[in-house]
Amino acid sequence: MTAPWVPEVWQTLLDNDVRQVAYVPDAGLAALIEQAQAEPQVLAVPLSTEEEGVAVLAGAWLGGQRGVLLMQSSGVGNCINLLSLARTCRFPLLMLVTMRGQWGERNPWQVPMGSITKAVLEQAGLLVFEVTEADRVAETVSAAAAMAFTGPAAVAVLIGQRVLGAKSFVEAVPTGQPR
Amino acid sequence: MSRTPTDDGRADRYPLGRRAVVAALLADAGDLLVVTGLGAPAWDATAAGDRDLTFPLWGAMGGAVSMGLGLALARPEDRVLVLTGDGELLMGLGSLSTVGHQQPANLAVVVLDNERYGETGGQRTHTARHTDLAGVAAACGWPSTWTVRDEAGAAELPARLWDTAGPRLVVVKVAAANEPLVMPPRDGVWLKERFRRALLDQP
Repeated sequence: MTAPWVPEVWQTLLDNDVRQVAYVPDAGLAALIEQAQAEPQVLAVPLSTEEEGVAVLAGAWLGGQRGVLLMQSSGVGNCINLLSLARTCRFPLLMLVTMRGQWGERNPWQVPMGSITKAVLEQAGLLVFEVTEADRVAETVSAAAAMAFTGPAAVAVLIGQRVLGAKSFVEAVPTGQPR
Repeated sequence: MSRTPTDDGRADRYPLGRRAVVAALLADAGDLLVVTGLGAPAWDATAAGDRDLTFPLWGAMGGAVSMGLGLALARPEDRVLVLTGDGELLMGLGSLSTVGHQQPANLAVVVLDNERYGETGGQRTHTARHTDLAGVAAACGWPSTWTVRDEAGAAELPARLWDTAGPRLVVVKVAAANEPLVMPPRDGVWLKERFRRALLDQP
């Protein structure tokens, strides 16, 4: 079942005239990505790596379109140098980041990037809004979009793992290896 | 499998000069929307004449093709040209795959390939040995890709670029010599607003 915040966030993006949805997938974003693929007024732009999206949305803005960049927290690390484009040129940038490596994470390799995501984004000059309750996601995205597109400013919304639920890692065949 | 010749300093002997190639591409630019990669392609485009509808990157290495993609998708009725270098494109090789997925017919990428990192001392890039950037684009599904190595190929390039099915990527092998610096304005906010005013009538 799609979480209730997904259609609310999608409507918020449509209300903000978002026309390009650039993304690297995450399980927590799957329903939003499906919305983007199904919406005729919106172009879904899957990326090979997250930093491409910073440049894609800068190009979109040069051409008069607004966009949003969706990624998992691990992708934030990939973006760092390209974020200088948004900062130096004051391009609007709206990022929705689903968190890994925090609440109940069962993959320790996700923890290093997840634990520094907010600090890294702030160091890179973005405004960062964290949301840890499902019924606050849409209003947070709405506030972030307002600041991104009217500033213009670079704004990231971090959607906490407590909202999304941690990945369960059910093993099909136990390997017997240390874990 | 055939391989390109290994690195023998061949780019020092390439006959084409980058400035003339870019000047010809931008001679009748009109409403052409241009994004340049950082470094020499930005200097080349400026030497051909600074213009409102050219956005020269001063950083964001690896991002030029992605920026051109976002612009091309936003403006499907306009032609978008990305002028960049081999080092810049190598840093964003995945963007060729992302463009191949979208197939924007109005996008052209011209790679001024001197097989060198020209701004940092002329160190050789991967194209000095085996990497064929036109081949990478072809493998990513770009309908039109080719390599220009001589005056005849350069002479037909400005017209051929838009006569082929897009997206298209052309590698132009250019001499490794550095040209005089001709720098565009460097205030990013001003460049962005200049471009948008010219295209959209708003900052």
